[in-house]
Amino acid sequence: MLIASIQPAGAVTIVLALVVVLALVYYLVATIVQLRKITNGLDEVIASVGEIVQKSAPVNDVVDNINGQLDAGVALLEGLLVQKAGMADAVGLVEGLYAGSATAGFRNFPESATTKAPRIGEVYTKGTLTLARLGREAPVAKANPAGPVLRNVEGGSLAARMLYPDVRHTSPEKLPRSPVIGSDAPVQYEQRDDIGAPRKRQPAKGPAAGDPNQR
Amino acid sequence: MILWWIGDAILLVAVIPVVVYLLKGVLDAATSIVPSVEKIASAAAAGSKDLDATALLLTTQDQVAKTVAGVAEYGGSLDVILDDAS
Repeated sequence: MLIASIQPAGAVTIVLALVVVLALVYYLVATIVQLRKITNGLDEVIASVGEIVQKSAPVNDVVDNINGQLDAGVALLEGLLVQKAGMADAVGLVEGLYAGSATAGFRNFPESATTKAPRIGEVYTKGTLTLARLGREAPVAKANPAGPVLRNVEGGSLAARMLYPDVRHTSPEKLPRSPVIGSDAPVQYEQRDDIGAPRKRQPAKGPAAGDPNQR
Repeated sequence: MILWWIGDAILLVAVIPVVVYLLKGVLDAATSIVPSVEKIASAAAAGSKDLDATALLLTTQDQVAKTVAGVAEYGGSLDVILDDAS
């Protein structure tokens, strides 16, 4: 009775309204599903960020502590170097090892930045600079800012042998033999006759004429 | 009756397309967020895993303290052995 009384225009209106409602339901449900995925993803993000915050919380204190220890070590070594070598030589030695570092100077010695660095190679012997360079040849100096480690820490002993004035590091085919001494030695040295004998006397001189001691 | 048909026509031609267009825009935006959130989640998990090594900083701190103490003792010995510059 009720349906029969509906006008055609009214029926079309009802159908269109149903279409609108179905469209709303479809898109809104799909949107809700996507928003639930986003919520779950954000939950994972929050959990991971919480772990990051928890794990990185003590990093600042530890790094500050490490930096403080290293600063103390640097201050100690710089002070010792300046005390033992003097300001000019200390700056020159550091400049000789790390070119350009003299302009920065030492941390606790502001006057070191204005100190003219001597050419340390002309002041000290090669041995001194060699000993100083051992810092880069040590295995612990891998992170040296002056460059890579000079010494092959795995099996290289050549660098250490090169420190000595020897020819052995050149691996010659034949090295000179040690000298043979004794009665069987191929080279015999004649014993001098005058060794242990009385010293020869010089001929006595006669009194010179006009000598005031001769009376 | 004519006005009713006109209303139906407006509903069919204007209202329904606009509603569908707007709802589809919202759905597309929500869908595009999901991959980004998944990438952020994986990156945060990887970052958290990378920070597992921060516990080793405590060992590093201990080693640095021991090294500096050794350097200090070595410097003290050098201070005794070597004469001052002035």
